[in-house]
Parts: sequence; C-alpha cells; structure tokens
Amino acid sequence: MTEPSFEKIAGPGAAMANSKGLMPDREAALVRRRYRAEARFKALGVAAIVCAISMLFLLVGSIISTGWSAFYQYEIALDIKFDKAEIDLTNPRNANYGGLVKSALSAQFPEVSGRTNKRTLYGLVSSGADYQAMEVVLDDPSVVGNTRRVWVLASDDIDSLLKGFIDRSLPEADRRVKNKELVWIDRLKTDGRVRWSMNTVFWKSGDSREPELAGFWGAIVGSFFTLLVTLALSFPVGVLAAVYLEEFAPKNRWTDFIEVNINNLAAVPSIVFGLLGLAVFLNFFGLPRSAPLVGGIVLSLMTLPTIIIASRAALKAVPPSIREAALGVGASKHQVVTHHVLPLAMPGILTGTIIGMAQALGETAPLLMIGMVAFIVNVPGGVTDPSTVMPVQIYLWADSPERAFVARTSAGIMALLGFLILMNALAVILRKRFERRW
Amino acid sequence: MADGERFNMVAAEAKVLVRDLNVYYGDKQALFDIELDIGKHQVTSLIGPSGCGKSTFLRCLNRMNDVIDGCRMEGSIKVDGDEVLDASIDPVQLRRRVGMVFQKPNPFPKSIYDNIAYGPRIHGLVSNQDELDELVQSSLERAALWDEVKDRLHQPGTGLSGGQQQRLCIARAIAVRPDVILMDEPCSALDPIATARVEELIEELKKAYSIVIVTHSMQQAARISQRTAFFHLGLLVEVGVTEQIFTAPRDERTQGYITGRFG
Repeated sequence: MTEPSFEKIAGPGAAMANSKGLMPDREAALVRRRYRAEARFKALGVAAIVCAISMLFLLVGSIISTGWSAFYQYEIALDIKFDKAEIDLTNPRNANYGGLVKSALSAQFPEVSGRTNKRTLYGLVSSGADYQAMEVVLDDPSVVGNTRRVWVLASDDIDSLLKGFIDRSLPEADRRVKNKELVWIDRLKTDGRVRWSMNTVFWKSGDSREPELAGFWGAIVGSFFTLLVTLALSFPVGVLAAVYLEEFAPKNRWTDFIEVNINNLAAVPSIVFGLLGLAVFLNFFGLPRSAPLVGGIVLSLMTLPTIIIASRAALKAVPPSIREAALGVGASKHQVVTHHVLPLAMPGILTGTIIGMAQALGETAPLLMIGMVAFIVNVPGGVTDPSTVMPVQIYLWADSPERAFVARTSAGIMALLGFLILMNALAVILRKRFERRW
Repeated sequence: MADGERFNMVAAEAKVLVRDLNVYYGDKQALFDIELDIGKHQVTSLIGPSGCGKSTFLRCLNRMNDVIDGCRMEGSIKVDGDEVLDASIDPVQLRRRVGMVFQKPNPFPKSIYDNIAYGPRIHGLVSNQDELDELVQSSLERAALWDEVKDRLHQPGTGLSGGQQQRLCIARAIAVRPDVILMDEPCSALDPIATARVEELIEELKKAYSIVIVTHSMQQAARISQRTAFFHLGLLVEVGVTEQIFTAPRDERTQGYITGRFG
C-alpha cells in the first residue's frame, strides 16, 4: 500500500474536492487505516503482556519444579542399641553416638565386611544421625540399656536416589550411588525401613555443609534482624527529611540541590553502598563483621531515598484545601502538619516504606562487601551476631556442588518470594484500607 | 474619589481599617494603594472581574498570604486598632480572631464533631468535655446545621452534601469565636437552594460578626451586603453603600461591570 502524500490529502486538489462535498473513497481509506493502526497497536500490547506473563510462569514454574522436592526428606529406620557401657547418664552428651549408629547399621547388614564397604554402608545415613540418636536419649533417658527403632535422615545421595533423581540404568562408574548401595536400600525398602516425611530441618536450623542438614531458618532470622535495623533507621530519618523538605524548607538553590542529590542517591548501584559500609562502618568505626547491625545500616542508606521520595509524593498528594482549612481556624504550621497532613499521608508513606523494605530484603551485593556471605551454622540471636540473610544464603547454596543443594536453592527462593509477596500484599492492603478520597 | 466616599460612610463603627495597602507577588504588584474600611456587624462584599485582586485583599486580612512564597504586603491593616501587618503580631492568633471560609467546602476528613471541635481544642477555648459539647452544639446551631446533623455527629464530615459541608465550614470558623469572618466565594460551588440557605445564614451571622465576602454574583452582593467595593486590575475603583453602587455608580468602570459590559 502506498502512503498518500500530504499534498494529495490536503493540497489544492483536496480543497477543490472538499468544496464539492465529501470524498467518500479517500475518507473511508483514512478511517480504515486508522482502525488498522489501532488494531496493530493493541495486538502489540497484548503480545507484550503475554510475553511477560509467560516469562514469569517459566521462572516460577522452573523454581517450583526443582524446589518442591526440598520440602520432604527420606528417613531410614535403625534399631539402635543404647548400650549402658557406652552412655554415661550423668553426661549423656559425651557418648559416642556415631558408634551406636554404625553398630546398628552393621547389625542390620552383618554380611558387610572390609573397611571400604563398611564406610560406604555408614554413608547411607546422614552424619546428623548421631545427633538424632542423642536427642532420643536426652528426651527419654530410660531408653539406655534397651534397643529402640529410630528414624534417622538418609544421606543426601540416598535421598536423591529415593526421590528418583539418580538414574539406576546408568553404568555404575557414572553414578553417585553404587550397586551395593542399591542392594542395601532395596532391602531396607522391602523391610519397610524407609519412609518420607516433611522436611522440618529446613525451617528449623541454620546452614550446613550437608545438604540434608542445611536449613533456611538462620537466614530468615538474619534477614529479620537486618530489616529491623533498616526500618528503625530509615523510617524516622526518611519521614522527617521528607516532612521538612516538603512542608518547611524554603524553596531555594540549596533545597533544589538536596532534592537532586536524593534522587541521584536512589539510582546509585547498591554495591557502592556496600563498599561505603566496609570502609566506614567496619574499618573506621570497627563494628562487627557479618552482623545484621552493619547490614541494616548499609541497607538503610539504600532504602532512605526510596522512603523520602515516596513520603514526599504522599505529602504532596494531600490537597492544599486541607492545609488552608487548618490554617484558617488558626492552626500553626506545625499543627497543620502533625494533626492533618501527616496522618493523611501516612498510608502512602507506609506503602513506600514497605516497598523499600522489600527491596532491602532482596538485596545481596552490598551485604557481600561487609562479610555477610560467610558460612554461618548458628541461628543468630541478636543484631551483633554473625549471620547471613535469605538472598545471600540462596547465593551460597547455588554455589555448592552437591546435587541436593539445587533443590535447597530453589526452596530458598520460594521462601524469599513468599516473604516478598507477603510484604507487597501488606502494602496493597494498607493502601486500600486507609486511602481517603476528597 | 473624595475621602467621604472611600471611608466609612455608614453609621456603623469600623472594625477593620485598611490604609495604603500594596501587595506584590514577586515582582508583580497585585494591589495598589488600597484604602477600605470594614464596618462592624455588617456584610461588606467585594466584587470585580477574575484576577482583580479581591481574593488577594481578603487573604491579607488574616495573613493567609504568608504561606505563599514571594508574597509581600506593605501598608497598614488595623483590626480593632491592632496592626495586622506588624511582625510582632502572631498570624496564628490573628487567624483565630479573623476566621475564613473557602470557595470549595473543605471539611477535615474527620467526624462532624471533630471538625468543629478542632479549633477550640488547639486554642484551649474549653476546659472540659461538657463545655466542648456545648460549643459544638451552639456553633452548629448558629450555622443552622444542628437539626440536620445532631444524630450523626460522629460520622465523617465529608459525607454531607455540598451545601451542608459549606455550613459545616462556617460552623467550624465560628467555633473559635472570631470577630471577623472572611468568605471567599462561599457559594460558587453550591446549587441555588444551598446558596439561599448560606445567604440566610450570612444575614443571621452579621448580627454578631463583621463579614467580608468575595462574590462573583452581583445579585448575591446586592441581596446580602450593606456595603460593596468594586476592584479592577488591582485598584479599588469604588466603594459605597450597596444600593448606591448598583443603582448610581460614580465610576464608569463600575457602571460597565455591573451592567455586564466586561468581566
């Protein structure tokens, strides 16, 4: 189709044609073209949305499909003989429970001999089995002297095998699980000594080198403490700065300069804040390394511009007629702000704050710089304890070679996304619930 | 214009005296040498085309212009002998004495009760809850709104109709016991019935307060005011008894405006 030139449409010829009346053909063609252009535009928009949604589904789908297996675990039943000679009841923590677990395994498979074979046999269960055996004694000391059936965690390789991630048809040399182990596991299965259960370790413990013992709780608590520090610092400072700039500050070159810089600060790459934290808070002030305290301070630097900008927008959205009304009955400027403007702006301010917090929750780069990337087993008990946070824990697991950490990584991502959705939902609810109309 | 016309020509006593008032927004001068008296217990209406400075003049009387960046006022405004433009006058105290009602009804997004009670509370006008209840009731009664809202005092003020909201704003203004009430086109957002009710109310209120009202409706100025001032391009062109302004204006600009030739 050739484009009619402007001359043709609006030139002298057109004027002449117009003077005679309508130009049905040309006008109809124009209308058709306009409709086609609109339809094309709409189709492009729909295509963009379909594209975005399918990407999202792909992402979430792949995370769920790899991660869901981390939420359950296989256990193996062992008849552990709690030998009186081995366990000193006055100090039950000191006994050699590893030995008890091993002898239980040996008793189960008496035909296994030789050091290598025995070591492989002991590898069927997790190294955490020792602790599980100890827990049994600590819970119920009367078990000492008896034999009891205890469900202990399978090792990560056996867990993967039972979940069906290891292909039995591969040649033995290419398989993490050897033929003899297959035989043992199949025997345990036929004996009814294998079962699956919900993975509570994941929600209860800190990190571990053994995938079956690695939990996310340490990272959740670390994130909580970090965000607590961030909120305590950035919310009051951000809101006060916004109120001053919006309501009290004179409009001059200085406040313009400050405004431009706050907007610039919002665009600074987060790793730069990490370097700042390293140089200032760790090296100069000597604050503890890997601690939520420093992580929170660094993240609050990053969150401040977000909160200030959102708060200023919320304050600006309060109609001037409310300010005039309050001034008109003789309220001072301070009263106008604290009695009227700030309460009306609060939903918007809170929404901005929550979005800033959600950003901080997902932030990794600056925390790497201040040492929150360390391998930390203990669940932190306060803001100065070494800890890690959810996204960093995901990063650490993604870096680990064991097959079972792949599922743990995706499970961690699911947990993080869950918290983010929760926070954003809270922001939406606050906005819907407290929004006022004038 | 002779002095006798410009100044107080009616028997009433002057409440507010304005002399040589010049107002600037930045470099632009908005009002030129305004001299005007506001009579006690009278309604004075300010008329004139848009942008002529009548709202600016009104907002000088309680220093609402202070909140506008770059606004400067020179001259003298005396309310009961106190110089309003003096730096030692606290604008917050002044605004309690000189109340204001705005063009668009602007109740606080709070309950009807709290709308009225807010001013007395911050100024410490009452010492206990009973006094406050009484003040809220009397203010609403004076604003002729009590009968309509007495059963729903704790519902939001924004839920009232436009005319009721404007009367609520008037009640809110009188709750702090001002001497002067400034009204900036209080009926321009209301329908004729609500307008009539507000006008009745103004009739009633002038017994106790001195009222200055800006209006675009010349019929309204003629109906409710005792004196009328005509502003044009920042100048006070003519002021006089309302009847005289509308029947025998001395200035041809006034004549032109009231007969609808411009404005």
